[in-house]
Amino acid sequence: MTTSQEENFMRKISAEEKIEPKDWMPDAYRKNLIRQISQHAHSEVIGMQPEGNWLTRAPSLRRKAILLSKIQDEAGHGLYLYSACETLGISRSEMIEQLQSGAAKYSSIFNYPTLTWADVGAIGWLVDGAAIVNQVSLQRTSYGPYSRGMIRICKEESFHQRQGYEAMLALAKGSEGQKAMAQDALDRFYWPALMMFGPHDSESAHSQKSMEWKIKRETNDDLRQKFVDQTVKQIEVLGLEHPDKNITWNDERGHYDSSDLNWDEFWSVINGNGHCNRQRIEHHLAAHEEGEWVRDAITAYNEKKRAKKAQHAA
Amino acid sequence: MSDQIKQAIQEYATRLGDDSVVLGHRISEWVSYGPFLEEDIAYGNVSLDYIGRARMFYTYAAELADDGRDEDDFAYMRNDREYRNLLLMELPKGDFAYSQVRQLFADVYYTLMLPELLQSKDETLSAIAAKAIKETKYHLRRSRDWVLRLGDGTEESHKRTQKALDQLWGYTHELFDMDETEQLLADAGIGVDVSRLRDSWLKMVSDILTEATLTVPEDSWAVRGGRVGYHTENLGHMLTEMQIVHRSHPGCKW
Repeated sequence: MTTSQEENFMRKISAEEKIEPKDWMPDAYRKNLIRQISQHAHSEVIGMQPEGNWLTRAPSLRRKAILLSKIQDEAGHGLYLYSACETLGISRSEMIEQLQSGAAKYSSIFNYPTLTWADVGAIGWLVDGAAIVNQVSLQRTSYGPYSRGMIRICKEESFHQRQGYEAMLALAKGSEGQKAMAQDALDRFYWPALMMFGPHDSESAHSQKSMEWKIKRETNDDLRQKFVDQTVKQIEVLGLEHPDKNITWNDERGHYDSSDLNWDEFWSVINGNGHCNRQRIEHHLAAHEEGEWVRDAITAYNEKKRAKKAQHAA
Repeated sequence: MSDQIKQAIQEYATRLGDDSVVLGHRISEWVSYGPFLEEDIAYGNVSLDYIGRARMFYTYAAELADDGRDEDDFAYMRNDREYRNLLLMELPKGDFAYSQVRQLFADVYYTLMLPELLQSKDETLSAIAAKAIKETKYHLRRSRDWVLRLGDGTEESHKRTQKALDQLWGYTHELFDMDETEQLLADAGIGVDVSRLRDSWLKMVSDILTEATLTVPEDSWAVRGGRVGYHTENLGHMLTEMQIVHRSHPGCKW
């Protein structure tokens, strides 16, 4: 590393120029990005499980079609995030190994079980809603391929959030049983959705450097506050009770004050001890292992085709 | 349109809707269980096409029935004995080879059947066929490619694919059966005479299987009954799962 390379890199960062795959970048920047982008990709992939849990039980054909299409989008996001990450010099199979070994994380929200149909609505509304708040900010991230991926992903995510909210609205305005289902889903998913923004800024290991390099553009707590603020009105429109009994408007701050989160639970789930951590990885591993003979078949088939072609050419 | 014909079309649209929803449901069971991410996406995509078809067929059946029912009443409020899908569609997803062989059988079938349905004197059926043809073209490209790769891949993939063929072959004869209702519609230029499609189907499937180094099974057995509600044991379980939420909240909107 020469000083001029690093200076040039920092100059680009301050000038809001994007860093591209072939540009020089500090190793730590690269490592930090790989961690964040692959974690994001894994989240999209693991996220197929809790939603897929309701594909075969969706209560109407229209909802089934919407859910199929949403899950398909998420898997697609996983694909282009893996591709964006590959531009940093890591292969998809390495990333998948890291996911399966536990070396790489995915969003903890997917370690909570989806127990009723309303959870599908709650995930679209709250989980995708929280993700959007974060991703809108990441559209301005300093790494070019990641930034462009985010712009594309944000468009689809806002459709996901709308469909989730609309599904919740149908329940909240429906029968007593449906309304109870909606309230229960809100009560269970509200807190974990807030935790999606990560620990308090003071506790966040990667935050400071990520902000300096403009990988992250806003702090965890600021983003979380945005989400808290926007959700109050949405809950009101649904006619449901706010899960946080301490939520109060603070005129001075221009924001809502709210209860602190259960950080013990947060760290416990991050550290692998949530409701579904083991199940999610086990599921991913099982599908991956069962698919091995299929992947082997493609390799063998392509080999044979190549050999035949070579024979013809000779 | 005579009452008899109208009733026959309603029954026909219901049958085709049943075929679509049942196969679409089976395919959706693969999402997050595929051998790699691209396949999860492809399965979701194909499933979505079939659910879309089911909605169009059921909506038409409901319109003809004109008794206040909608597409979801057809999908969610009928029991397995009332379902009229072909047995092939309801069999469990099995392993990847099993699902791809079933898909190949269905895709070749629709490749032949849909252009005929496009010619239907019934505008709605013809319009549904027009949309479905485009999807099926893509589906067949995928299932054909997979059967080629699996058949001519490794020893294990070959063995699994041949086994799937042997297990599924006896369910394909039913695809070409006609009963009075379907004959009435075929004679009226509304429905497809599927009995005339069997030779072309066999030729297309055999060509692909041969290229895949697989053996075309003998016609030594055939199981039938889907069109009269005489199903395999699998459909009841599938519908139990599919209908549970809808039926637990009677009369609700979603």
